[in-house]
Amino acid sequence: MAARQERIEFGLSETGAEAVLSLSGALSIRTVSVLRQRFAALGFDRSLVVDLAGVERIDTAGAWLLVDLEARAQAAGGSFGLRNVSDTTALLLDNVRQARPEREDRPAAARGIQALLEQIGRAVVGGLRYFADLTGFLGLFLARLGRVLRHPSQFRLTALVAHCEDVGLRAVPIVALMSFLIGVVLAFQGSEQLRQFGAEVFVVDLIAISVLRELGILLTAIIVAGRTASAFTAAIGSMKMREEIDAMRTLGLDPGVMLFVPRILALLLMLPILGLIADFMGLFGGALMAWLELGISPSMFVTRLIEGTGVGHLLVGLVKAPAFALIIGVVGCHAGMQVKGNAESLGRMTSGAVVAAIFAVILADALFSVFFAKVGI
Amino acid sequence: MSEAERDAVIRVRGLKTQFGSHVVHEDLDLDVYRGEILGVVGGSGTGKSVLLRTITGLQTPAAGEIEVFGVDVLGRGAVRDSLDDRWGVMFQDGALFSSLTVRENIEVPMKAVPGLAPDIRRELADLKISMVGLPYLAGDLYPSELSGGMRKRAGLARALALDPEIVFLDEPTAGLDPIGAAAFDTLIRNLSQSLGLTVFLVTHDLDTLYAICDRIAVLSERRVLVTGSLADMLEVDDPWVREYFHGPRARAAFADTATGTED
Repeated sequence: MAARQERIEFGLSETGAEAVLSLSGALSIRTVSVLRQRFAALGFDRSLVVDLAGVERIDTAGAWLLVDLEARAQAAGGSFGLRNVSDTTALLLDNVRQARPEREDRPAAARGIQALLEQIGRAVVGGLRYFADLTGFLGLFLARLGRVLRHPSQFRLTALVAHCEDVGLRAVPIVALMSFLIGVVLAFQGSEQLRQFGAEVFVVDLIAISVLRELGILLTAIIVAGRTASAFTAAIGSMKMREEIDAMRTLGLDPGVMLFVPRILALLLMLPILGLIADFMGLFGGALMAWLELGISPSMFVTRLIEGTGVGHLLVGLVKAPAFALIIGVVGCHAGMQVKGNAESLGRMTSGAVVAAIFAVILADALFSVFFAKVGI
Repeated sequence: MSEAERDAVIRVRGLKTQFGSHVVHEDLDLDVYRGEILGVVGGSGTGKSVLLRTITGLQTPAAGEIEVFGVDVLGRGAVRDSLDDRWGVMFQDGALFSSLTVRENIEVPMKAVPGLAPDIRRELADLKISMVGLPYLAGDLYPSELSGGMRKRAGLARALALDPEIVFLDEPTAGLDPIGAAAFDTLIRNLSQSLGLTVFLVTHDLDTLYAICDRIAVLSERRVLVTGSLADMLEVDDPWVREYFHGPRARAAFADTATGTED
């Protein structure tokens, strides 16, 4: 019964040219470590016989040990025999003997500086290939969009509306709250600094320009990238995993038209609206804080805003929205299509898509900034 | 009957399982004897896998007793825990730990054995890999890199890691090609003979039933409708059982085995 505590007795009697090793007890996975140490000390200069008469239980680990000993004895040129082997044990020994794995070595991996260089090279090529893939995917989306424009009957309006609700409407609370808080923080921090110069009223310009030009749309895009890119990847990836996309293809339905166009188009439509909401809420938060902290009344804030800030700032901000929407949508859908047949790759791709989308949005924003600075807007 | 004297390693009495208001088993009795291969069959949704999960303690029944080696599966404490290395379970898709290689998967149960040297553990894992018919290098692969059949084999290797006395197999041959399925049958039969293994296997595969099962239990109408050898099954006067064992697929499988044994 007690499987946890097993004993093995070990006796060696040497008579002339023959060494008899008698074992009694359990020859099992629990005793095999002890036995192996004992076996290691055995020499094969005379013929070795193992007597199993006293063995009550033998499992594959025990059988493996005997077969291993046999193989070592034969390799050393000694003779080896077993005595008092029951039928079932013989069958077990046969099974283990047949199954005894041949060691194979894997091709050795390169080490040191060469491996490092190889890794870097692979990463660079992988990155370039990924970029090329994304560009290809953008092309695919535009081509499918063009096809839908020529054949409006293929367009899935219901899907577009559903995605608009998901991507746009449901993101309004989080986007609004986030940019309201950003406005509050800007006003608070700005007023602290500007008060030193007695230039409190410039806090309006500070808030307006930073929210309208940069923060409103950038932070909205980052939140949407986290929310939507992951949702796209997860939805398309799980469809890919369950071969739904292959089924679509065999039914003559184009995944580009069915899945990518409605999603990315929904983002294209919704992100500018979300950006506008973010701009408005940012200004509102800033105005509230300026009123409470600096005593700038709302009407004064509005006057100052209209006088000091051109509508150009708003346009500079919002013109970036479609570009961000394309980036998020393309990265999300592309990652979904890269999912393989298992759940790990779905998880990896989903988190990868979020990181890639956020990074790409920030990179694009930096490029926009440089561009606008150069052209002087 | 001599069956009453035989050593029942699994004893299920008056089992009732239900999910919400849906009763899966009611008043279910089943005995599994030492050293036999029991095939559990039944239509889809008759709770074959649920029975397996209940016996292994993964699912708590609404009523009834389950004893394995005379130990109450539903109990707690050290005696109940000692069951864990006396049985092994192979789940339908292998249920391998995805973050570990095949070899590491098989080593997981072995790590619980006190004093087992790591190099021996590794070699034993390699032996198990080879015993279930996987190539040596498969040990270094991750489950996601294996085909369905290989995952099943690796799952069996993990279930057998500690040489348990009972293995539970959930649809061992589902999704395998006929050659792979036949090899799997032979493997189970062989292991059962040489290790004195008791096998509880849930299957839909008539070939497996004919080739290796000593006894068959039919689940129907929420209980074990009938148990017995294959010959007994052919005599049973129940519409479902008759259709199952006299259907065209059953006849084909039976004919194959019959000619196979004559040769």
